[in-house]
Order: sequence, then structure tokens, then C-alpha cells
Amino acid sequence: MAATPAPPRLLPSGDSAITVEFSRDIDDAANQRVLALDHVIAIAPIAGVSETVPTYRSLLVHYDPVQTSYEALGARLLELAQQPVPAKAKTRRWRIPVTYGGEHGIDLEDVAKALNITPDDVVARHAAGDYRVAMIGFTPGWSYLSGLDPSLHISRRQNPRLMTPAGTISIGGVQAGVQCLAGPSGWHLLGRTAVRTYQLHRDPVFLLEPRDHVVFSPVDARTFAEQDRAAEAGEIVAELLPS
Amino acid sequence: MSKLVVASIGPASSVQDRGRPGAQRYGLTSSGAMDRLSMAAANALVGNEPLSAAVEVGPFGAAFTAREGAVRVALAGAVRNGDIAGRSVAFDTSMTLADGETLTLGFARGGAFSYLAIEGGISGEPMFGSLAVNARAGLGSPYPRPLQPGDELQVITATGAAEYRIELPAPDAAPIRVVMGPQDDEFPDDAKTLFLASEWKISATSDRMGYRLEGPVIKHLYGHNIVSDGTVNGSVQIPGNGQPIVLMPDRATTGGYPKIATVITADFGRFAQIPAGHSFRFKAVSVSEAQAAAREFAELLRTLPDRLRGIENFDLNIEALRDANVAGSAVSAVDAGTWQSSSA
Repeated sequence: MAATPAPPRLLPSGDSAITVEFSRDIDDAANQRVLALDHVIAIAPIAGVSETVPTYRSLLVHYDPVQTSYEALGARLLELAQQPVPAKAKTRRWRIPVTYGGEHGIDLEDVAKALNITPDDVVARHAAGDYRVAMIGFTPGWSYLSGLDPSLHISRRQNPRLMTPAGTISIGGVQAGVQCLAGPSGWHLLGRTAVRTYQLHRDPVFLLEPRDHVVFSPVDARTFAEQDRAAEAGEIVAELLPS
Repeated sequence: MSKLVVASIGPASSVQDRGRPGAQRYGLTSSGAMDRLSMAAANALVGNEPLSAAVEVGPFGAAFTAREGAVRVALAGAVRNGDIAGRSVAFDTSMTLADGETLTLGFARGGAFSYLAIEGGISGEPMFGSLAVNARAGLGSPYPRPLQPGDELQVITATGAAEYRIELPAPDAAPIRVVMGPQDDEFPDDAKTLFLASEWKISATSDRMGYRLEGPVIKHLYGHNIVSDGTVNGSVQIPGNGQPIVLMPDRATTGGYPKIATVITADFGRFAQIPAGHSFRFKAVSVSEAQAAAREFAELLRTLPDRLRGIENFDLNIEALRDANVAGSAVSAVDAGTWQSSSA
């Protein structure tokens, strides 16, 4: 029988949001508790709560101070956070095609050198992982994954790039990522996917949910180009695997 | 239907509304008006819901022309010189542009953003329930980007409703109130004291994503990297250089810098209106004080229609004239545009 985990810390994010902090660090157990609390609120909504934003270590709960208060909502969140993680709530598993290296993964060689392994090792270890979407944030669809092979942990770049391509597959610190939109990044670029985790006028607009599982499958650059055209036309080129 | 054509416009002007909360868990920020009270006041003047889509006009000048019919509009927020075909216009009032007439606005004076609300709102295709522009995410309607000259807004033809002015609470120059946290324990006590005791200047590099502040260096206890967590409008991040960044409606939904404090809801619009180069101070309040202020602010937004005064009402004209003359500036009884020039 495991001991009851320590209660999270409640931190005010102004007058209309509470940060429920389970850990200060990237911690898989903490992330599971974050996602469990997020799930509990999703299935049994709390009056006045407008939305929740799960991250690795905390759940940000936005609320309307006209409908509830910091004290009342905080007490309720502490109660819910002490509930056991719901028994195997259903999760989805996605297969995401990635073309590694070359012009699509300009940091693959450098990462291999820094880790003292071959580029093929990097690809094999990255593609062998079973990842969980720990959080989505920063920009639309930017999915942060836990489950990176410890031998691929590598500190972020000294100088972040101001622009990296849409669909970038990258690693940074102990995390792996699927980036949707072009934008700045301080992570190491291993490859690209044609999968749009965010695409307007497609149903669904957002493909991945926090808690989903993700695996990667290597494809060649030509397949990427074909999939990219299909994805641009609205096709979902990620594959939903039987769970 | 009429059109309101953008004849000229500076950067940082866009269609905004209440924004699109609800998708921050997917990394999509809420966007929406920088100054909700001013947007709501402009909307109230033309009979719209408080946070209906309106034009948020950035600090530079702009001009709008009515086409294919008359267009009824209202102005609130940062005051500017303005005229319609040589008639000067007042802020916090509604007015009607005849077909072909142009409303010309100068630079913002004593603020950053003005709101041009249009009777009946702006036609567009909402995404996640909002027309608000978020250029980075490709969202916003009728244009998913800031406005440019030549853009056309589809609007209703003026209904001929009476014109109004609105009496808003006097502008407040008090310090910007913050609730400390969520990561104030990442800072030594003297850094927190320095944060609250210092004068801060809004940097020229500020935008709808964040306002950068210039002042003393705020030191961290354990370094400037934290594991990312969620952000809100008004989060005060302290990056490695110790110069605060206050997150605004187009912010990233998560961030990896410690957040020393959060600007309270009731003061957020007032903060957003501080122009680049101007200085201000923060003041810490408790969560319960901030929540009391947020409830009062919500009530103020809800009751704005009670503050409308008919411009054609003779008694109210006298009152407006008296107020304006007491404030010491010459006003004309026949030119509504001069009534509020002194108070604004």
C-alpha cells in the first residue's frame, strides 16, 4: 500500500487562476497526478472553472472570481488532488511519421557527436520510445513528450534559434517535442513530420490531447513530401493505433 | 449592409473582442482586447454587447471611410484628435459617418489603444467563438492579421439611433496592483522589495504578446529557468537579464521564467494603456482584495449601459457644458466634439 502522496501547493496566479503545483521539477509521477486532476475536472466540471492548462508539474486552473473564490476553489482542488489516480482511464496512441536528419533534422549529427553515438543510434533510440503527451503549450499544438530515452538527454542549445520549421521533431533536456508551427526554439532538431497537431478548418483542429501516447516511425524524405501535401489538404497523416 | 474601409492605419491595430478562452490546454492563447473597459464602453455607445468585435487602434493614426451607406461608430480608450469632414469628434461618444465620409484619427495621447466600435459589430467568421486576431496562429476574421490600408469591414448601415456619450469613472493614476506569485519564492526578499519599490518604464519593444519593463535588475534565488508552467494575462516574468516582462493577451500559454507577480484583472486594461516610454509603479494586494476589485470591475462592465447619456437631451447638454467649462477649456454648445476634450 503506497503512502498518500504529499498534497500539491496552491499558488495564486492573480485573482482569476490557481496554479496547483505538484513538483518543481520534471517528474513523471507529478505529471501523472497533474493529468489525473485535469481529467477529474474534465469529467466533473466545477462551477466557475473556465479552463485548465496541464504542464509537466502543475495544473493551471482558470476561474471566474465572480462565481467562486480562491479559498473555496483551492479547498476543492486540494480534495480532488488527493483522490487516487482514476483507474486506467482510456488513452489514445498515435503513430507519427518522421523523416530524420539531413535538411529536415539539421542537429542530428551534432547530437550524435555530443552523445558519442552514431546518428543511426540517435534515430533508433528516439524512434523506439513510447511517449506520453505531458503538456501542450507555448504555441498552438506544441506537444511536450515525456518518455525520452535517458541516453538522449542533452542540454538545450546555448543560442536558441529564432526560426525553426513547422513540424519539427526535436529534443531538449529530458524532453522530446512535436512542434506544429514555425517559430523559435532552443531544442535540437532531429527531423520533421508532416503531421499537423494544429490545423484550422480540419476536424479536429487539435490532434493531440494531453495524456495521449505517441510513437514515432521513420520515413524517407520523399514520403515526408507526399505526406506533407496530403496533410496540407487536410488529411490526418498520423495513425491512431488500436489501444 | 455598409462597409467601413480602412483608409490608413499604423501597426498594432487589429480586430479584437472578448478573445477565445478554452483552448489554452492546446497552446492556443486567448487573445482579445488589451483594455476591456474601453472596448466595452465603445460597444455600449452603439448598443452592442460589451465585448463584441471592435477595432483596436494602436498608438499611431488611422482613418476609416464609410462606403455604400452610413455607418454609426463610437470611440473610447486612448484619446486622440479626430475629425469627420472637418467636424471634430469627441471620445466616449457615438457618431455617424455619412456615406463617403472619413473619420480621421491622430496619434494616441495619454494612452496606447483606442477602440472603434461599430453599430451591429463586425461581420466575420468566428474561430473558437471569436473574431480576435492572433496573427501567429493564423486566426482572426475578417483578416487573420493586423489591419492594413484598403481592408474592408462589413458592417450594418446606420439605423439612425440617437447618439450618446458615456460617463466613465475618472482615469486613475494609482500604482498597478499585483498579487505576488505564483513563483515569488524564487526571489530573495530584497528583490521583491526592489520590484515593489521601483519605478518601471514600458520599453518600446512591447507588443500584444508582452510588455518589457526597464528598471533595476531583479535577481533570482536559484537562476532564471523553471520547468514551464501556465501563464495568464498579467503574469510578470523575470527572465535572465532581470528585466520584467508582463504577459499580454497574445502571450505564450506556458513559460519557463519565474513569475514574481500577476497584475490584477481590474488594473490590467489600465496597465495595457501605459504608453511606451512612460513610467509607473506596482503595489502588492492580497488575493481577496484583488478578487473584490475583479467583482467590482465585472459589475462596472455589466452596468455600462446605465452610464449612457443622450447627446440631444437639452438638460444633459447643459450639464456636459458646465462640466467641461469648469475644467477650464472653451467649448462650443453646437459642437459636441469639444465637450469632452478637457476631461479626456
